[in-house]
Amino acid sequence: MLLLIGMFLALSLGRYSNDPIKVLNVILSKFGLDVPVDPAMVSVVFNIRLPRVLASVMIGAMLSLSGAVYQSVFRNPLVSPDLLGVSSGAAVGASAAILLGAGLATRQIFAFAGGILAVFVTSLVPRLLRNRSNMMLVLSGIIVGGFLSSVLAIMKFVAEEQTELASIVYWQLGSLASILGRELFAILPVFLVCSTLLLLLSWRLNILSFGDLEARTLGVNLRQVRTIVIICASLLTASAVSISGTIGWVGLVIPHLSRLLAGSDNTRSMPITLLIGAIFMLLIDTLARTVSSVEIPLSILTGFVGAPLYALLLYKQRTRLE
Amino acid sequence: MSMDALLQVIDLGFSYDGSRQIFKDISFEVRAGEIVCLLGPNGIGKTTLLNCLARLREPLQGSVLLNGEDMANLPARDIARIIGYVPQTLLPSFDYTVLEYVVTGNAPWMGTFEKPGPEHYQRAEAALEQMAISHLAHKPYTRISTGELQQVSIARAIAQKARLILMDEPTAHLDYGNQLKVLRLIKDLSAKGYAVVLTTHNPDQVLLLDAKTAVIDHKSIFHFGAWQDILTEELITAMYGVPLRLIKVEGIDRMVSVAPGL
Repeated sequence: MLLLIGMFLALSLGRYSNDPIKVLNVILSKFGLDVPVDPAMVSVVFNIRLPRVLASVMIGAMLSLSGAVYQSVFRNPLVSPDLLGVSSGAAVGASAAILLGAGLATRQIFAFAGGILAVFVTSLVPRLLRNRSNMMLVLSGIIVGGFLSSVLAIMKFVAEEQTELASIVYWQLGSLASILGRELFAILPVFLVCSTLLLLLSWRLNILSFGDLEARTLGVNLRQVRTIVIICASLLTASAVSISGTIGWVGLVIPHLSRLLAGSDNTRSMPITLLIGAIFMLLIDTLARTVSSVEIPLSILTGFVGAPLYALLLYKQRTRLE
Repeated sequence: MSMDALLQVIDLGFSYDGSRQIFKDISFEVRAGEIVCLLGPNGIGKTTLLNCLARLREPLQGSVLLNGEDMANLPARDIARIIGYVPQTLLPSFDYTVLEYVVTGNAPWMGTFEKPGPEHYQRAEAALEQMAISHLAHKPYTRISTGELQQVSIARAIAQKARLILMDEPTAHLDYGNQLKVLRLIKDLSAKGYAVVLTTHNPDQVLLLDAKTAVIDHKSIFHFGAWQDILTEELITAMYGVPLRLIKVEGIDRMVSVAPGL
């Protein structure tokens, strides 16, 4: 409900016009009601603001949910979805596309492929070393992430300063300024399938968070469940960042906040995470496009909002961390 | 080979690296209502053996039969329907409530996408009641004492409907009073028909529990039987490398294992 009201308000805010009545009329006219509408407003609402509002809601939900999943799987509330190298892989992919002078669509495909490839390589290392423990996977993620950040540094080093380098930096800060309806439809299936699977497996995630030994003594097919949830969570993050660029803090802070509100049981906290993530990102993106006359990159805002929020959450939980 | 054995261990051997044997030629069986104590010096492989019984580790040689079926051919879920495991320590990462924790005992009886319903919570609540810890149900399991945590862990094995409960040094992190309480609980479990296999450092616990004993001695030789047939002063003295006596104490009418002095 809060989400719907938020979405409506976000639709009402923007550079063209800030009149909620006009927006309401535009929406009502779509449902066949006979109300006076401003034709320019129709275009603004449906072609510019709506894709953006939907994108922010979806991306917030995706990043938060995958953060919650990573935190459970790796038994660590301080983990973010970047742990296995999704974001660094996506950044390298996007940068490669920028250096090749490719268009927006290619950049998105490269970013998605880069993110998934990075996680795949990360998951390969424990298999090659014949040690499939969680710890090995985390260390492997550090190796792959470290390697990719060097690759990214080379790309930035050779990039042309005014155009290419600026694009790479801008991409890494995240933005939904140029979002199109088409892109939404591209990530919608991933969002629907992966979120549904993860919500269905939310109780199993409780068991995974007990650690390998306990999960196995409860008869859980550890390798299977862990593989499915890591793939789903990584797909969510890769799809999200492929159209928005990297956005920090959301995947870390929102699951934390949700557990504080709904308790640790994932069957309750994961749906809450999804919802709060959506509302949070909607808020951030609306701020990003309305606060100043220039678009503010999303990671700047998520950092400014997320870091103090995180400090506040830690303050509330300080007695539990003793 | 008897028909009513819940668990049969046959010529079991284990090695971490394939060359150096941790233990070998281990054979024994466990029946419903029996308590078996795995005794041995530190580092001899007690926990490893216990983990082989739960199929958490794959043995190098030999086999373990569960209700007559080789565990190597059983899916993890079928094993978990019979064997519950109480680890030495729980390392909580999120503050689930005790009830949320115990309800996961239902996992081997549920589908992969299933979430616990009223009947699963009822079973968890019944298990808490059986352990007399119903009052802890809604406390975070990160904020209860180690003694209570041990009871919670056993409650989950009960909710699991396990018939054999494996416990890795259940008294290791408890104060003296709680150690005795846990031994009492183990005794109660066996009276209710549960089979319990536990590892312990303390030979006196075998005597207190009046349990069967499985010993891996200092030379890695395996002994199994009623404690009266296995535990001798020579064996425990050699095993622990310090002089130990087995003495019948008048007034409490039981054997105790004690050090005669330092």
